[in-house]
Amino acid sequence: MAVVVLPRSLAQVLPGLPRRAVVEGATVAEVIAALDADWPGLRDRLLDAGPSIREHINVFVDGELATLDTSVRPDSTVHVIPAVAGG
Amino acid sequence: MAERILLLIGTRKGAFIAEAGPDRRSWALRGPDCGGFAIHDISRDAATGALYAGGGSPWFGPTVFRSDDLGATWSQSSEGLTYGDDGPKITAVWNVTAGHGAVYAGVGPAGLFRSDDGGQTWRHVEGLTNHPSRPTWEPGAGGLILHTIVPHPTDTARMWVAISAVGTFETRDDGATWEPRNTGVRAGFMPDPYPETGQCVHKLVMAAGEPEHLYQQNHCGVYRSLDAGLHWEEITAGLPNEFGFAMVSHPRDAQTAWVIPLNGAENGRYMPDAAAAVWRTHDGGDHWIRGDRGLPQKHAYLGVLREAMARDELEPVGVYFGTSTGELFGSADGGLSWDPIATTLPSIYSVEAIRIEV
Repeated sequence: MAVVVLPRSLAQVLPGLPRRAVVEGATVAEVIAALDADWPGLRDRLLDAGPSIREHINVFVDGELATLDTSVRPDSTVHVIPAVAGG
Repeated sequence: MAERILLLIGTRKGAFIAEAGPDRRSWALRGPDCGGFAIHDISRDAATGALYAGGGSPWFGPTVFRSDDLGATWSQSSEGLTYGDDGPKITAVWNVTAGHGAVYAGVGPAGLFRSDDGGQTWRHVEGLTNHPSRPTWEPGAGGLILHTIVPHPTDTARMWVAISAVGTFETRDDGATWEPRNTGVRAGFMPDPYPETGQCVHKLVMAAGEPEHLYQQNHCGVYRSLDAGLHWEEITAGLPNEFGFAMVSHPRDAQTAWVIPLNGAENGRYMPDAAAAVWRTHDGGDHWIRGDRGLPQKHAYLGVLREAMARDELEPVGVYFGTSTGELFGSADGGLSWDPIATTLPSIYSVEAIRIEV
């Protein structure tokens, strides 16, 4: 099962969300769906209409920038990182 | 039981709550809450006591927060707050108002959503977005935003909403259909200054106890309507400028309201002559009285956004406003005199005053 590293800032709006979660999923989309099953509402914080990954959220699979269709292996590490933006 | 006043403050960096006793003199501040989301509006559902905060984050999108313990803890949900995978992306929630047994959210791009389960799930009120005028809706400087929701106090089928640079609409069939309510309101920036839609309404409020009696602060003046918005009469005369955002009405006196004029739309949008003042009327807008005692009168380059003024229900009425520079002021005497409550908050987007008993 893949390891997903989640941003600390997301835990402020999803109480109990861990920094690291272990979930099943063959793609980034499936991984996010699995996370949403355990922490309802997380999908809406990461995905926009389309569906698409929100503009200022970057998802990396094993260090490579990913899309929702990007494959995830059982030994993959997925990083969800808010982009450098704001003010 | 002790009476307390809470000011619910939405800012660019989250929600804050200021609390004081009925003397409204010593305020305790807590926050920020809501995960640092920009919070455009906070309100209370009088029926359930729940607080709702609507806003958005550049990273995590739009959502509505809910608190059942007066802001000690918050949950959030935006499930269903979408125009669909093929529709425009919603950027933020600009207003959240409870009424008619439901909770309503106004969003940008402009649209209305309704929740019948306390904010857990949302559905699009398509009747408004399907209005024949929709193809003509153009964004104002702040975007295409549905920023004001005014439910009729007794008729659950009726509601008014206001959209920047589009105008005011009313439904009389619970949102199935909507009609423009802009007759008599100037749109000075358009070739025809009195179009059916296109007016830039900034804030719509209802007079106390008189659902047919409405006031609005518009980009182009201040207005009143005595027939539920079917016709509007301009009441700007006596104010230093026609432009402004915020407006509140008295909780018991239909003839009393407060506005904060700002200098011109293209001239900085701060208080005229850089001297802070809140203006009030006690005769429905026929005359206006300046109130500035205790407010800065020099170099006060302060702006106040449309949701950033509020009043409580005490006697005398307390009036409050927050500036885009992060200063919060309060008056415990209906606007005659003012005191600072907080001076170093993030840019203030909204202020709401509620009374509780503890």
